[in-house]
Amino acid sequence: MTDLVDYDEAIAEFDPVLGIEVHVELGTATKMFDGAPNSFAAEPNSQVTPVSLGLPGALPAVNRRAVEYAIKIGLALNCEIAEYCRFARKNYFYPDNPKNFQTSQYDEPIAYEGHLDVELDDGEVFRVKIERAHMEEDAGKNTHVGGSGRIQGADHSLVDYNRAGVPLVEIVTHPIEGAGSRAPEVARAYVRTLRDIFRTLGVSEARMEQGNVRADVNLSLRADPGAPLGTRTETKNVNSFRSIERAVRYEVSRQAGVLRAGGAVTQETRHFHEDTASTSSGRPKSDADDYRYFPEPDLVPVAPSREWVEELRAALPEPASDRRKRLQAEWGYSDLEMRDVVNADLLEPIEQTVAAGCAPAAARKWWSGELARTAKAKDVEVTELGVGPAHIAELAGLVDAGKLNDALARQVLEGVIAGEGAPSEVMAGRGLEMVSDDGALTAAVDKAMADQPDVVAKIQGGKVQAVGALIGPIMKEMRGKADASKIRELILERAGQ
Amino acid sequence: MSDVTRLSAAELAEQLGRGDVTSVEVTQAHLDRIAAVDPAIHAFLHVSSDEALATAADVDARRAAGEPLHALAGVPIAVKDVVVTKDIPTTAGSKILDGWIPPYDATLVTRLRQAGLPILGKTNMDEFAMGSSTEHSAYGPTRNPWDETRIPGGSGGGSAAAVAAFEAPLAIGTDTGGSIRQPAAVTGSVGVKPTYGGVSRYGLIAMASSLDQAGPVTRSVLDSALLHELIGGHDPRDSTSIPESLPELVAAARGGDVAGMRLGVVSQLSGDGYEPGVKARFDDALALLADAGAEIVEVSCPSFDYALDAYYLIMPSEASSNLARFDGMRFGARTLPDEGPVTAERVMAATRGAGFGPEVKRRIMLGTYALSAGYYDAYYGSAQKVRTLIQRDFAAAFDKVDVLVSPTSPTTAFELGAKLDDPMAMYLNDVATIPANLAGVPGISLPSGLSSDGLPAGFQILGPAKADDRLYRVGSVLERLLEQQWGGPLLAQAPTLEVA
Repeated sequence: MTDLVDYDEAIAEFDPVLGIEVHVELGTATKMFDGAPNSFAAEPNSQVTPVSLGLPGALPAVNRRAVEYAIKIGLALNCEIAEYCRFARKNYFYPDNPKNFQTSQYDEPIAYEGHLDVELDDGEVFRVKIERAHMEEDAGKNTHVGGSGRIQGADHSLVDYNRAGVPLVEIVTHPIEGAGSRAPEVARAYVRTLRDIFRTLGVSEARMEQGNVRADVNLSLRADPGAPLGTRTETKNVNSFRSIERAVRYEVSRQAGVLRAGGAVTQETRHFHEDTASTSSGRPKSDADDYRYFPEPDLVPVAPSREWVEELRAALPEPASDRRKRLQAEWGYSDLEMRDVVNADLLEPIEQTVAAGCAPAAARKWWSGELARTAKAKDVEVTELGVGPAHIAELAGLVDAGKLNDALARQVLEGVIAGEGAPSEVMAGRGLEMVSDDGALTAAVDKAMADQPDVVAKIQGGKVQAVGALIGPIMKEMRGKADASKIRELILERAGQ
Repeated sequence: MSDVTRLSAAELAEQLGRGDVTSVEVTQAHLDRIAAVDPAIHAFLHVSSDEALATAADVDARRAAGEPLHALAGVPIAVKDVVVTKDIPTTAGSKILDGWIPPYDATLVTRLRQAGLPILGKTNMDEFAMGSSTEHSAYGPTRNPWDETRIPGGSGGGSAAAVAAFEAPLAIGTDTGGSIRQPAAVTGSVGVKPTYGGVSRYGLIAMASSLDQAGPVTRSVLDSALLHELIGGHDPRDSTSIPESLPELVAAARGGDVAGMRLGVVSQLSGDGYEPGVKARFDDALALLADAGAEIVEVSCPSFDYALDAYYLIMPSEASSNLARFDGMRFGARTLPDEGPVTAERVMAATRGAGFGPEVKRRIMLGTYALSAGYYDAYYGSAQKVRTLIQRDFAAAFDKVDVLVSPTSPTTAFELGAKLDDPMAMYLNDVATIPANLAGVPGISLPSGLSSDGLPAGFQILGPAKADDRLYRVGSVLERLLEQQWGGPLLAQAPTLEVA
């Protein structure tokens, strides 16, 4: 075990070079090469055909939608789109690999040589060069039963082929140089930006936690930016933005320790551990892995017409960073507010809420306040609460119209989440509408003032803030269904102030 | 009734259409014939009597109800065991698939079923279609109906023998380097390798994906055209399937005419290594075609000299990858290691060790080597270059002539065991058929007569890709002229088999 070097010291001594491989599962209706449904979390081995099981005689046929998505990704990454490319077979034996070869692209990717501008936290833009984006299929999933749940010591293993054949695009960067001390941040921001692109393009739900997006992070250190590249390690399947950043930091510290002690970094894959924010050695990865690639003879080449590519290019959505800037200006959010909204993945619902007629400030207040809190408490995504943009717009409208105050609106929202219907239905159903009848309110005010003459005297003596002591009991009398500012107005008026 | 087994499929179809016989009668007659002669011939690995009779009864009922039926409806057929059949065991001649019952049909089988052809059973073959004699079947060899001490060709020896022994009027074969045409040649039957992509490969257990092609094995050129039209045509499940519709094959077979056609004799496919008797029958046939108005032209295809070498790199390379899925994990036989830990890797190794025969292992090793890092360019890469040269040779030849012709196989059927221990000698048997697979062009073999040893020899016609109709145009003329000489189909001269 080598000693870790403090990150800042390590960076002062060495120049880090990153390389990131991101796999994204495409959200097509069917799999890459057959008609089996591409769906998450179904009964094991229920989403399969002879093709996805690799049965004898089964043949692949390319999913055109997957090719379209791959081209869209390539275009969004400013890549060249191949006029002609082929699939290849990557041969290796593993039980989750139904044919014992993976159909992938090797030396002829669909998209190549692009770049992505990545915005860091302070607004600085860092350009990441993209080497290629290629199409391939996912493997099935092994579950090891007995022992520790790892393959060693397991009693037996189960294989679920539902994921086998799900379309993937793998995006490979050129070596990312010049990030210096910001390498961990660049890594996180890059993957984050990719995730946003996948969602904006509508090619994937891009849920890190479901493994829709998986990143392998390569890192090497060298003495200084002019020196040749050092030996790299590849930390596999890092699946949260925070983990990516932490994995890079850890590897910088670890490799610096190895090098400083006069050792050599071993070329290997490494596993990242969330709990300790550290990596551990996986299998040694030499360049001698022999996958015996050769062109897939069961598939004709993919030759997207230039017309099609240009059609797709013309229909590309606004880049995420442009969209963020535009929306921030339109909504008048501060930088901090906007960052919070983006970090909480609320851009989309807020945009729709505003489109439904809600003021941007109110939309932000509800989504990033009450709803985000409730989602966190229930441990679900905020979009899974059953509350839509139209609900929030309606709720805000009821507040604006003076029918609900904030406290009542929160109760209404609770009802919406509980499935009691739209906000107006919940309001009616629970009887939450504010009392607009001045008679009842006046009576409650009069009663409270009569009950607490000392407070009234204070107010009349000029201590206006004492009004608060009366509002509580009046609200209670009104069972919360009154407008506090109106109560205050009435008291002051009656106290002669 | 027993002589319905002697009829061609076209004749049977006519009788069925007229109501002279029922499909149940025809199917039963063939099942009886199988029961009588197959113990000696061993053309079948599995006989699916119940399914076949059920289909036959269904077709008879539909015919009686006046439903419009396919021309071949009710004519029974045998299917090479490399073709996947739902609910009917499929082994590809290998122990590794012993007992496997596929959950789906190959596209061509779906078409056979939809057209109402009773499937008599699955025919014997060299394991995974690797061989030229059917001796590499894990279930024992098939014997040639002309001489039971001789091989029926391979890998589709079972299909050819079934047709030649009157066990089935029609059969399906697959041809990767000649496995339809060479067995047809040595059993006196007709076999067609369609243009690559002309018949869907979906559901064919792959040996070499870029070379494999399914096609008909029959007793007449017309029968092949009828079957070819039925099983051919675009299939979206096979990416390499040709999108355009097939040319008119049956019409070509019925209206054959060679007047004014230019037939190219490939000089590389008619020289040394061809038995004199085989060569003599070929020359006689050429003379008949010339008399019928064809112009005979000598054509040189110099790259054909390297076809065998290129083939024996590309085919095993693809096979090594295609056969990787046979690992005991998802289907077929599973063998546990004799001793030591039971890990996935060791189960795969034990299953493959026990399940694959020596020829399959040989080709997997060859292919794995040819694709491995550092050797890819020297072997697989070079072979693909040769393949391109062969394609150019064909293109240049077809600029000058309409079809190319040669003997199908250099020899007649050799003795069982004669070449079993000499893989190279076995491989050489496919020298004339392999170029067509490398170029994807169609080819037919039809009987040219009996060689000096009294055994059938084959006449091969090759056409340009997608011009399969030319094979039938020329083949039907030659067949008619030869049958006039013989006084009937060559198969009528086959020895009557001892009935068990």
